[in-house]
This record gives sequence, C-alpha cells and structure tokens, in this order.
Amino acid sequence: MKKNLLIAVWFTLITTLLFGLGYPLAVTGLAQLMFPRRADGQLIERNGKLIGSRIIGQEFTGPSYFHSRPSAAGSGYNALDSGGSNLAPTNKALLDRVEADVKKLRAQNPGTPIPIDLVTASGSGLDPDISPAAALFQLPRVARARGISEHALRALVEKHITGKQFGFLGDARVNVLELNLALNRLYPIRSGSANGFAGVGAAGSSKR
Amino acid sequence: MTVNGWLQILVFLFVVFLLAKPVGIFLARVFNHNKTYLDPVLRPLEKVIYRLTGVDEKREMRWTEYAIAMLLFSGVSMTLLYLIERMQKWLPFNPQKLPNVPPFLAFGTAASFTTNTNWQAYAGETTMSYFTQMAGLAYHNFTSAATGIVLAIVVIRGIARHETEHLGNFWVDMTRCLLWVLLPVCLVGSLVLVSQGVIQNLNSYATAHLIAPHSVQVTGANGKMTSKEVTRQVIPQGPVASQEVIKEFGTNGGGFFNANSAHPFENPTPFTNFLEMVLIFAIPSGLTYTLGRMTGSQRHGWAIWAAMAFLFLVGVSTVYWAEARGNPLLVGTDQRASALQPGGNMEGKEVRFGIADSSLFTTVTTDASCGAVNSMFDSYTPIGGMVPLVNIMLGEVVFGGVGAGLIGMVVFVILAVFIAGLMVGRTPEYLGKKIEAYDVKMAMLAILILTFITLGFPAISVVQPFGTSSISNPGPHGLTQVVYAYVSSAGNNGSAFAGLNANTPWYNITTGLTQLLGRFFMIIPVLAIAGSLAKKKIVPESSGTFPVTGPLFTVLLVSTILIVGALTFFPALSLGPILEHLMMMAGKTF
Amino acid sequence: MDKRDRRKKQSLTDRKILSRAIADSFRKLRPQTMIKNPVMFVVEVGATLTTIQFFWNIFHHTGQIGFDFQITLWLWFTVLFANFAEAMAEGRGKAQAETLRKARTETQARRVWGDDQTEIVPSSKLRAGDIVIVSAGEFIPGDGEIIAGVASVDESAITGESAPVIREAGGDRSAVTGGTRVLSDEITVRISSNPGETFLDRMIQLVEGASRQKTPNEIALNILLAGLTIIFLVAVVTLQPFAIYSGAPQNLFVLISLLVCLIPTTIGALLSAIGIAGMDRLIRRNVIAMSGRAVEAAGDVDVLLLDKTGTITLGNRQATALYPCKNVSELDLARAAQFASLADETPEGRSIVVLAKEKYGLRGHEFAQHNPSFIPFSAHTRMSGVDLDNRQIRKGAPDAIAKYVAEQGREVPPETKQVVTEIASGGGTPLLVAQDRRVLGVIALTDVVKGGIRERFDHLRAMGIRTVMITGDNPLTAAAIARTAGVDDFLAEAKPEDKMALIKKEQAQGRLVAMAGDGTNDAPALAQADVGVAMNTGTQAAKEAGNMVDLDSNPTKLIEIVEIGKQLLITRGALTTFSVANDVAKYFAIIPAMFSVAFPELQVLNVMHLATPQSAVLSAVIFNALIIIALIPLSLRGVRYRPVGAASLLRRNLLIYGLGGVIAPFVGIKLIDMLLVHLHIV
Repeated sequence: MKKNLLIAVWFTLITTLLFGLGYPLAVTGLAQLMFPRRADGQLIERNGKLIGSRIIGQEFTGPSYFHSRPSAAGSGYNALDSGGSNLAPTNKALLDRVEADVKKLRAQNPGTPIPIDLVTASGSGLDPDISPAAALFQLPRVARARGISEHALRALVEKHITGKQFGFLGDARVNVLELNLALNRLYPIRSGSANGFAGVGAAGSSKR
Repeated sequence: MTVNGWLQILVFLFVVFLLAKPVGIFLARVFNHNKTYLDPVLRPLEKVIYRLTGVDEKREMRWTEYAIAMLLFSGVSMTLLYLIERMQKWLPFNPQKLPNVPPFLAFGTAASFTTNTNWQAYAGETTMSYFTQMAGLAYHNFTSAATGIVLAIVVIRGIARHETEHLGNFWVDMTRCLLWVLLPVCLVGSLVLVSQGVIQNLNSYATAHLIAPHSVQVTGANGKMTSKEVTRQVIPQGPVASQEVIKEFGTNGGGFFNANSAHPFENPTPFTNFLEMVLIFAIPSGLTYTLGRMTGSQRHGWAIWAAMAFLFLVGVSTVYWAEARGNPLLVGTDQRASALQPGGNMEGKEVRFGIADSSLFTTVTTDASCGAVNSMFDSYTPIGGMVPLVNIMLGEVVFGGVGAGLIGMVVFVILAVFIAGLMVGRTPEYLGKKIEAYDVKMAMLAILILTFITLGFPAISVVQPFGTSSISNPGPHGLTQVVYAYVSSAGNNGSAFAGLNANTPWYNITTGLTQLLGRFFMIIPVLAIAGSLAKKKIVPESSGTFPVTGPLFTVLLVSTILIVGALTFFPALSLGPILEHLMMMAGKTF
Repeated sequence: MDKRDRRKKQSLTDRKILSRAIADSFRKLRPQTMIKNPVMFVVEVGATLTTIQFFWNIFHHTGQIGFDFQITLWLWFTVLFANFAEAMAEGRGKAQAETLRKARTETQARRVWGDDQTEIVPSSKLRAGDIVIVSAGEFIPGDGEIIAGVASVDESAITGESAPVIREAGGDRSAVTGGTRVLSDEITVRISSNPGETFLDRMIQLVEGASRQKTPNEIALNILLAGLTIIFLVAVVTLQPFAIYSGAPQNLFVLISLLVCLIPTTIGALLSAIGIAGMDRLIRRNVIAMSGRAVEAAGDVDVLLLDKTGTITLGNRQATALYPCKNVSELDLARAAQFASLADETPEGRSIVVLAKEKYGLRGHEFAQHNPSFIPFSAHTRMSGVDLDNRQIRKGAPDAIAKYVAEQGREVPPETKQVVTEIASGGGTPLLVAQDRRVLGVIALTDVVKGGIRERFDHLRAMGIRTVMITGDNPLTAAAIARTAGVDDFLAEAKPEDKMALIKKEQAQGRLVAMAGDGTNDAPALAQADVGVAMNTGTQAAKEAGNMVDLDSNPTKLIEIVEIGKQLLITRGALTTFSVANDVAKYFAIIPAMFSVAFPELQVLNVMHLATPQSAVLSAVIFNALIIIALIPLSLRGVRYRPVGAASLLRRNLLIYGLGGVIAPFVGIKLIDMLLVHLHIV
C-alpha cells in the first residue's frame, strides 16, 4: 500500500513530464516543421491584416454576400463561444426561429424550397460551409445585389464546390468565406449601390 | 438516406473489422511481454521509468493489490490535475492569461477526466490554459485510457489463467500500454490530423478583422435589446491535434474546444472525421481479438465482435434513418437529400459531415464510451437521440470504452452464460471456468449500482425544482435531457444533451458522484470476478460444453444485453424519446 | 421398475397429495418462510400493500373497487401458486416418507450380551457397535454389517423390490438395512448407526425435503433472481417520478402489477419445486442422493468410470463360437461340447448347451441312452466332462487339455493352437474339447456386451462425457471389449489404487468423475469421485463413502443418474430463460396501459390491442399468475432431455424457451384480455 502510493506519486510525475509535456511539445515541433500553415489554423491575411481562418465560419449579412448558416456561437460565429443551439426538434423556440428565417428567405427567392442547412444552426456554430444547394439558393439575390449575371455567378459558385473527399467521404459543400472573398475580388461591390458595402473593414448596414 | 451514406457506414465497419486482428495481436504481444518492432526504442525508456519509479518489473499482483494500485494512481493523478487547474495562472503556456479554474469546476473536471468520462462543464477555449490542456487534460486522456485497457487485460488474464492469484503488475501494464500502444499511434495520428487542418501550436489567440462587419442584437445588462457592432473575430489557437488523437484513441471524448469534434479546428474534414471514428473503435474492437487470442478461443473473440457489430449496425441504421427523415415540424424547408445538399435534420450538424457522417459519429461515440461529438444530440430527432441514450444504457458494451467496453461485455457474457448455460445440462461455465455464486454476485453488483445511479438521480431530478430548473427543452425532451446526463456520466461517456444546464450544485455533485461510481463500481467487481476466475481450474472443453462461439452465442449475447440491459430503461424511454417522437409526428410542440 | 413407476405416477394426481399441497400453500404464506424466496417475498409484500390500499379505498370511497380487488386477488394467487408448486413437489416425497416411516416401527432386538448371552432390547436403544442376532421372520433392528451367517432378506420396504436378496458375512454383500426382514436362516449383525441416524432415517429426511439445502447453482441462481428483482424494483420505483414529471402519476395497483410482472416470478416460484422434483426423479429410479449437490454434479460429469462386469458386459462369459480341428465336423464338435456340458451347471456350461441347441439344432435327446457318468470339474485336472458308453469327453483350459492328450502322446494340432491364441487375444476365453484324448476343437467363450450399451455410450459421447471401462482383464482382452462396447478408454488389470489414481488424474485436469462401486476396497474411490454411486448390496463402507446409493444395485444406472442431473439443470435453465424473456410482452401490455390515458399517442405501443388499460394490466397479472400453474407439471416432470451435443441442445432450448418465452405471453395476455372483455369482468 505504502510502496504503491510512493510509486503512484513518482509514476504520475514522470509520465506527466513524458506524456503531458514531452509528447505535445514534440508534436508541436514536428507539426510546425511539416505543416506550418495548417498547424496555425489556415489563417487568411489580406493586405497584412488577418481577416479570418479558412475553416472558421464567419457571419455575413446583406444581400451582396453569400450568407453562412445561422449560428448559435454567442451572438453568431463567436469563435470563443463555439457550440450548437441545443434546441430540441419539438422546441417552439427552434420552430419559431426556423419559421422566421424561412419567411425572410422565401421573400428573397420565392418559389424555391429552402435548403434545410440554410435555416438550421450547426453544431459548432462555426461551420465554414454551406451546402451547394444553399449557395445556389442565394445566387439570384447576390447576383442582383452585385449586378452580375446569374450565369457568371453560378460558374463561380460551382468552382467553389468542394466535392466529397476521396469521392465518398462527407458531403459536397461550399466554403462561404472563400466564396465571398472570390466574389469581392472578381465582382467588387459597386460603390453607391443600394446596399452599399465598402468592402473590407467597412461597416455593414444590414441587420439580421 | 443515400447510397453514399450507407457506403461510408459499411466502409467504416469494414476498416474496423480489418483492424481488429492486427490491433488485437499487437495488444496481446505487448501485454504478454513478447517482442515487438518497437522494442529497441521503447524498452530502454521502459526500464528508465521502472528504475525511477521503483517498480519491480517481475512482481505480479493479486486482483486486490492491482485494484489498490489502480485506485492510488487514479487518486494521485487526479490530485495533480486539480492542482494544475488551480494554479494555471502561474504556470507556463498560458498566452491568454486565463485565470485559475474555480475550485468546484476544477474538482469536477479532475474527477471527470480521471474516470475517462470527460464530461465538460466548461468551454475549453476560455477556461483552460495550454499547460492545463496538455499536462492536465491530455495527460489524463492517456492515463485513464491506459487504466481501462490494462484492466481489460487483467480480466482477460483472469479468464485465461488458472489456479493462480497473480494477474500482472499494474505499473508494468500501464507503462507498456502507454509506451507501446498509445504513444506511437498518437505521434503518427496527430501529424495526420494536422496535415488535414487540425491545429497544433502554442500561439496566442488570433484576432481577425472581418471583411463584412455587421451588427447584432444583444440583451444588455438592463434586459434591453441593444445593437452591437461586430468587426472582429477572435480565433482560438492551441495544441489541439496532440490532444485530439488521444481523445478518440483513448475513447475519452473531452474536447479542446466547447464544440468538441464539431469544431473545424478539431475535425476539419470528412477524412479527419473518418479517422477519428476509426481511432475510437480501434482498441475496443481489437480487444475482442486479444480476448480470443489470450484465452485460446479465437472464435469466442469473434462471436463477441459480431454481437458488438450487430448492435452497432442496428444503432447506426436507426439514427441514420431518423435523422435523414428530418423534422416534420420544420415546414417550408427542403429536407430531401440530393447531390447538392445533405438534407435531413441539420440542426446541430455540420455541412461537411452531413447526415450520414453525423449519425455514424454519434453512434460510434456513444457505442464506445467516447463522448466526443461532431453534432449536437439535443437537436437530434427523438428517435435519433434515443439511440445514443440506449447505446450508453446498454452499458457501453458495443465496442465500448477502451477496456471498459470489454469489461462490461464480460459481465453480460457471464450473465448470458449463467442464464442460458444451464440449458445444456451443465452448471454454467465460461471458457472452462465454472460460474459460481461469487461471480454472479459481483456481476449483479456491477449492474445494480449502475441501475441505481442511472435511474435514481434522474428520478429525483425530474420532480425537484433544483433538477427541473436546468431543463432547457420542455416536454418529454426534458426527461430525456436529465436521464441522458446521468446515463452518460454512469457510462463514463461524457457526451450530453447539452441544453441541460448541468453547471449547478445539484448536477455537478450528482453527476460527479455518478461518474466515480460508474467507473470504479464497475471495475472493482469485475476485477474481483477476474481474481475469482483466475483461481479456478479450467474444465477441458467437450461436446457437452456450453458453446461461447458461433452465431447462436452471438444471438444469445445480444438478447441478454437487450433484455437485461435495456428493459430496465424501457419506462424512461417510453416517457422520453418515444413519447416525444409520437408527439412530434402528431405535430405537437413544447 | 415399470410397475413401481406407474404406481408412483398415479400418486402425482393423488387427491391426498393435492389437498395437502393446497393447505401447505397457505401455510407457506408466513413471512418467515417466504423470505427464503426473495422474488416471491416481494410479491407477497406487494399483495399486502395492495390489500391495505384496497381497504383504505373502500373506506374512503375512492379507486375502482372492481379492478383494485381483482388485482389484489391475483397477486395473492401468484404467491399461492408459487407455494402450491413447491408443496406439490414436496407432496410426493412426503407420501413416500410415510411409507418408509411404517418400516421404521419399533422392533425388539436380541442384543448379544457377554459371551453367549442375549437380551431383548427395543431397537431404539441400540448403539453403533452393538451386536444383535436376527432370525427368520424378524426385522433387522438397525443398519449394520453381517459378521456371521447368511440369510435371505426381504428389502422391499426400502427398494420396493419384492424378490428376497441374499446377504452374507464377509465379501461385498454383507450390509443390511434397518427395517428390512430376514426371511430364512439366522445372522449376526454388528449395528453401525445410532438411532435417528440410520439409513432409513436419512432416507425419510431426504424424500421429505426436510434436510434439503440449496445447491451451489441454486444459490447462484437465487442471487441472480434477487438482483433482477432489485433492478426492476428500482425501475418501477423511479417510474413514478418520471410519470409525475410527465403529468401522468400512477396508482399503487398498477405500479405493483408492473413490478410483479417484471420480476422473475415464474422461475422464482418454480425454482425449489424443480430441485425437489429432481431428487424425486432419482428416488423413483430407486437412487437415493445424499445431497442435492450430488445431483447437480451428476449433470456436470465429464468422465464415467464403469466396471466392466455387470455394467458393460453381462455378468458371465458365454460360448459364442466353435472351431473344429481338421477332419472334425463342426456338428461333431458341437455334439461333444454339448454332451460335456449337459451336467455343467455353471453359466458358461449352460451357455455351451444353449449354443449347441440354437446354432446346431442339437437337443441332446439321445444323451441318456449312452449311460452317462459325469466328471465334475476339479481343481486338480481343471477339466470337466462326461464318460459315455465307450467315449470320454473332456473340456477345459487349453493347457489342461494339452496335458490330458499328451498322456496318450498326442498333441494339440498347431492350427488349433493358433485359434486358441487368436481367441485369447480377442478378449475371449478358449476352451478345448477332447474326445478319447484327441482334440476335437475349440469353444470360444466371450464377454457379451449388454444390448444397447453401445448406443448409450454414443449418447454419452454426444453429451461430451467420456466413458472409461475398469476391468481386471489384461490389456489385450480389455481393449477388445472396449472396442466392442464402444467405450472411449479403459483401465486394464485395474487395482483399487489404480482406480483412485485415475480419478485424481482426471480431477486434476478439471474434470468431474462419476463412478459406481460396491466393495469395501471401492470406498476410497467412491469418496474421491465427484459422483459416487454405491450399490445397496454393497458394503456399509461403500455406502457411506458414496454420495448416492442405488437401491437396485444396478451399476448401469450411473448413466441414468447423469441424465437426471442434466435434466434438472436444463429444466432450471429453461424456466429461467423463459421467465426473463416473458418481460418483453409484459412491458408492452402495461406501459401503454399506464400512459395512454394521458398520452393517446402511446397507444401505438399497445401492439396487442388490449381493450382497456384496466384489462391490459389485469391480463398481464393473470397471465403472470397462471403461467406458474401451467408450468408446474413441466417443472415436476422436467424438460425432455435428449442426448445430443451442447450446441444443438442449446439451439433447441433457446428456440423453445427463449423465443417461446418472448412470444407466449403476447398470445396469452391477448387471449386473457379477450376473455375478460367477453365476460365483462373489466
């Protein structure tokens, strides 16, 4: 008993050094050496300024951007507060939220059924993706707002569809941040437009 | 449900099947002290550890000493974790200058990680420093997993050995498990995860300046809604990959971030998702092969594997069916699966995983007592959410936690053998060992304690204001939330119907207690069984021996698990998820 | 045997047993008795609670009197049915004990006093070591060993066998049992037991079940059943808070009904009846098991040690073939052999006569015409035979005959010598026949394996039991018989210590060994074996060493004992499985009934479409009670046993009692529900 207690103390200390510090620091070193960009979170910089992570979703509002899914992370896409809504499928709060969103979206694109992921919050609240269906659903609105042809925009969206990994894993998806960055690059928002966005860093005027 | 969805499920199961034999053989070799390719590197390290800790490598222990050593180690390492949490402010690797963890939360977290539950009443990204995550939490991911594995090995030895009291040395088994089994896979696995986008750094959190700032409505301190401008996003960082891999491989499940494996930094691609699921099942599945190998009845190992695989398939099919079907209450939405969208009930799920990978992950993580989640159970359809609940209620034996799953399965095997074994006209025996009163007593004790805590605490919680006030989803779903909290704690799973506010004194105390009871009151009786079995003679097999191989035994085992394991919970299930499902179909909301 | 069986079968339905069992069912309601059976004790407590609630409801004019009353009534029935099952099982034993008691009547004993004196004392005053003299017509006053004399004894009081048996001093047939009657001659007996401890006393206790203790497996099973009971108790107790949360609290009657339906009442009610009935089945085959543990061990036996003589082969060797020498016709040899044996009264001699008659059609009618004079067997010549008018016919062991013909300078022909060797190496005994000092041929005497024994060994093998033949024969002979009989192994030239060593060796490898024996030198092995069956004709030492006594002294019965042991275990396992499997249907009856009023959606769980919540609950409770009664015959009779391997046995029993256990209550509850509705009971 006493002997084992002593061993327990030493064993804890030694293995903590080995597995609690040695191992993660070694992995950090190797990761930084082999995959530095990935290990740091695939951060995107524009003009020396950090504008986000490729794989952390962001909130987009206003008609001229493709919108991300609803988010339950804080007030929306708060990366310090990741998580889902945890609303039960029978919870009135969920049904009311979805109903309101459906109403809004239907007004933007009447007649088309609303892809489910566009009105449901993700588990992380930081989902960087929307389904291709959700992107295409928003296409007419964005095209209108940016004053470009739906055809051209469709080509851009389709270019941004990530297929199933290895042809069968997961689901096809569109990275919202990347799509919107490409959108801004190719079809900058016309100044003075009704939904005037000034591009990077400017304040938005639309409300969710 | 789509063909591609089923393909992923079947490919996954096939990979798990293929891995069972190599993993099983490797485990047997490691714990039988046979030579492995890793010896030249690890053997010297192993000897150093023994020298420094004063372990006598040759000395074997009885089950009682083994249990005491296990408890002492759990106690000491749990204390160290508590101290680390309480002192993280003064310790290195804390770029965010996170304060010390409050005492109660620190204690609950320490208990939770020591028991392999990894129930989290905190958000990692805003509570735990990198030092705490690495040296405290990830470390316990290693040790609690190793503890489970070595205990399973002891149970296997108890079955395999005869007329002996010696079952191995806890410290030696632990060391070999950590060095040979966990470390190599984690080193390689973490780098694979990084290559896919799981982060691994010690940087301070990055602040991004949004390209499209927007305003949000927030409720101010005075209760008034005000508009707030959002121009920045703080992106957390940290040594995630090194922890992620052991979180799955050791069926721990405690996320680096609050969103766990739904978080893009923990689980960025469908491939990482696939890999994480395989890691969860690798050891539990392999241990069935180890059981067969070490007891000399390989077909028995496979019979158990088949029982597990069957229950897994039933579970995953049910979740997948329920989730793909969607939520009929969400009118005006398109929930049909197509090439362009996953469809189904997407609330709480990530687009990159869709319905199939979410359903699969959910089944895997609750079959094994992992508890990592890539989607939020609370938002699952009632039937989809019932499956994880039932998986844990069955005692975490469908592959189960590393080691703990096999241990739980052995309890059911003993019960199955005992109940039906008489029907071949002999007093029950399991692989040549007579099952006697003492063994049955210990097996029943393990099941009894679990029943008491998993039904007792919820029963109190749902009729007392201190319990019901935490319920976030009213109606039958609320009952499910409460029951799930205790079932998950008792099964050392750690996943949650996370809407329930478990961060109250009542839930913190009772779930913590449940985790400790669920862990040690399962392990100790089963260790006692191992000790008792090891002392017995082995009755040679004959054609009159009760067959513990083949489809017949698998059917018997599955029936025993379902009848003994699940029937107890049938009333709670009828008033929770089943009732909610029926009401949802009838259009009722809460 | 058959007659006796029939007589005892009738007693199953005997009015007296039935009425006593019914009375006992109520007597057993005492909590002190009930608590020994935790499952049924819980039911009794439940019934008591509902009774109290029922009367409370009447006084306060609440509740549904009709429903509450019926539930309460059926709960009491459940307890009574369980008691009835046990009482029925005990009943047959009790009836038998009464018969035995009559044999234990006080008798007068002539105790030897001093050198030659005798005194008359009541048998109850006899102590172990006393010496008594018993003459024709007297009852033997106590168990003992004959130390002088020989007598025919009527043991029908104990064995049921009316033919008298011979008991004599010395040898292996020296034991006598108190309560049996000497028919002829006079014997001197050393009493070996004190009053109250005699064989008869023990037997009465055993058949009455008074000294019945739970066997190891029964204890383990009881732990399982108690554990399941507690688990379901927790499930039902916690159901109420869940129901309250859901807004549909339940009343006591429904909750207790659910509890009683879920706990394993079927096996709980029948468990001890099964055990008693198992012992009873042995008793009906005239085997007394000294403990229930021995019966269980019999089911577990891995190795059977069987004595060759009397068990595997008929008691004596028999003539089976004739081998004439060259130039001798088979018929002549047969005639000579027959003539030589007509006066031979040994079993071997008679078998030669029979062979000649059956195989060669010789009746020996002309025998008397030849003025025969018999030459009896003498130890000196080791031959026997007959002298006819002018012929001398002799038969005997080959070397004796060889010596006999050598006196005339003749020899045994080489080909005949060859035949002799062959017969010997095949396990048989060769006898040579000579006429006028000329060898005619060989008679082969061989062991005759009992009819059907091979099949029995095949069955045993299928059950996973290895048979080992024990014989004093040389290995060659033993091997040949072993082959013919189909035993797995043999121990040749066996001495008692070899037998002991074999048992210990098998046991060291974890096997359970059963054997039968009668001699004093068998006693250590009988004690060492896991199942030792002593022959009633055997010595007192053997009877005390074994854990079973076969009153018929038939060693083949060992096989039946094993089968009875297995049958007992199978019955226990089958009813346990059935009982546990029943729960599924009961849930589907009661849970919807409990909540479908508050939540009509839950009606979909009412898969049996039971009429009303009340009828559903009541049907489940009634089914639960009636199934006990329905299964009493099965538990008393035992599940039918088939000698097949474990895998197919398990498959079959799982299908019948496992799957059947899931399905049967669905059907049963539905039928009861229909009946209840039809009769307007609820």
